[in-house]
Amino acid sequence: MRKIRLIARLDIKGPNLIKGVHLEGLRVIGSPEEHALRYYQDGADELIYMDSVASLYGRNNLSHIVEQTARDIFVPLTVGGGIRSVDDAAHLLRCGADKVAVNTAAVAQPSLISDIARRFGSQCMVLSIEAKHIGEQRWEAYTDNARERTGLDVVEWVRRGVELGAGEILLTSVDQEGTRRGFDIDLVKAVTSVVNVPVIASGGMGKPEDLVDVVKKAEADAVAMADILHYKRAGLGDIRRHAREAGLEVRSYGA
Amino acid sequence: MARDVTVVDYGIGNLFSVCRALEHCGGKVTLTADPEIIQNSGRVLLPGVGAFAHGMEELARQGLVEAVQGAARRGNALLGICLGMQLLLDESEEFGLTAGLGLISGRVVPIPATTVAGQPQKVPHVGWNELLPANEGTTWQGTVLADTPVGSAFYFVHSFMAMPTDPAHRLADCIYGGARVAAVVARDNVVGCQFHPEKSGEFGLTLLRTFLA
Repeated sequence: MRKIRLIARLDIKGPNLIKGVHLEGLRVIGSPEEHALRYYQDGADELIYMDSVASLYGRNNLSHIVEQTARDIFVPLTVGGGIRSVDDAAHLLRCGADKVAVNTAAVAQPSLISDIARRFGSQCMVLSIEAKHIGEQRWEAYTDNARERTGLDVVEWVRRGVELGAGEILLTSVDQEGTRRGFDIDLVKAVTSVVNVPVIASGGMGKPEDLVDVVKKAEADAVAMADILHYKRAGLGDIRRHAREAGLEVRSYGA
Repeated sequence: MARDVTVVDYGIGNLFSVCRALEHCGGKVTLTADPEIIQNSGRVLLPGVGAFAHGMEELARQGLVEAVQGAARRGNALLGICLGMQLLLDESEEFGLTAGLGLISGRVVPIPATTVAGQPQKVPHVGWNELLPANEGTTWQGTVLADTPVGSAFYFVHSFMAMPTDPAHRLADCIYGGARVAAVVARDNVVGCQFHPEKSGEFGLTLLRTFLA
């Protein structure tokens, strides 16, 4: 029986943990390292770091934050934002990341998906997709925090990405992101029904019931949450308890 | 002195997390490729990710095969993690048959592409899975799992699995696709875990603390 993974998602800008609505209007929450440590201690199954300005090497760069975080976090860490090459991926993995999430560069050059998967294994290569609803049962993939259109149909792009070697899909609904109105169930369902790699639903979790919904109705393998944790609307312990009471299998992590 | 641990640095994968986890658990870590140090260390950790043949080649190229075997034969504590666990066995079927360290007899074979029920299943096996005693009457007392509750979940990432010849060398299994997969193998002072304790949260740290105690 598959265990549903509860993932804390931390969006980063410069040295700060931030949160927006529809990936825009970013507001500073605090220190990414401190929040990451708290989520780890509260029992997050994994963490995701997404750099909204893709500053892999510049000032206040992401690699430094990853290095600092990985020192005290003993669960898998996925890092995305600004990865343009196999070397960028290698660099982040050396800093302590376990997987890399790629969006913009994969759209520009899909062979990067295969290159990363071949070098580090497909389980390392997470295809990150920012999806916007454009019509009935249709979504378009966006890049750069939903600022740039790609013209790609999300479901087609996911299918292609998995063929190229993506081992996991991080599926962010731009429409739901930051709204606390629940996940885009139709979107997640459309994606989980065409691929057999794990799909992480992201964007919209406002209450523990939303998680149960997206797992039961759309077969998400994992759920990324941000707002609900950052603003302490619910803790990971409560969310886990709720999931278990609703009949989902989740990890028991002691304590 | 009691918590000294030597981590074998043979150029395979990322050792940052495993060293940090050991330090977090109070270990005094020496990261080295020096055969002398490894052979004489009272406690050796053999990490590793990637392909079996590549791992053995790198160990051989750096003259570390005998050093690791030597440490084990002296009765020093040896813990292999992930690929490091698989290398403890006699041989692996990954990319043709490749000889391993031969410290635990048995073979490393691919995870079946189908479940027991005949359904296709995902390989690699990635994610959290629970540990169960491998055999009826298997006790974890006095082993690296002494402080690990039955049913605790650990983080796995692997496409091949260890099949020790002697069932007594299986300490813990997990269930994948309805079939048992060796999660911890052990023969006296030589222990291997298929999962990554350094990525398995508090239970992983507990296991490392037991190893260091």
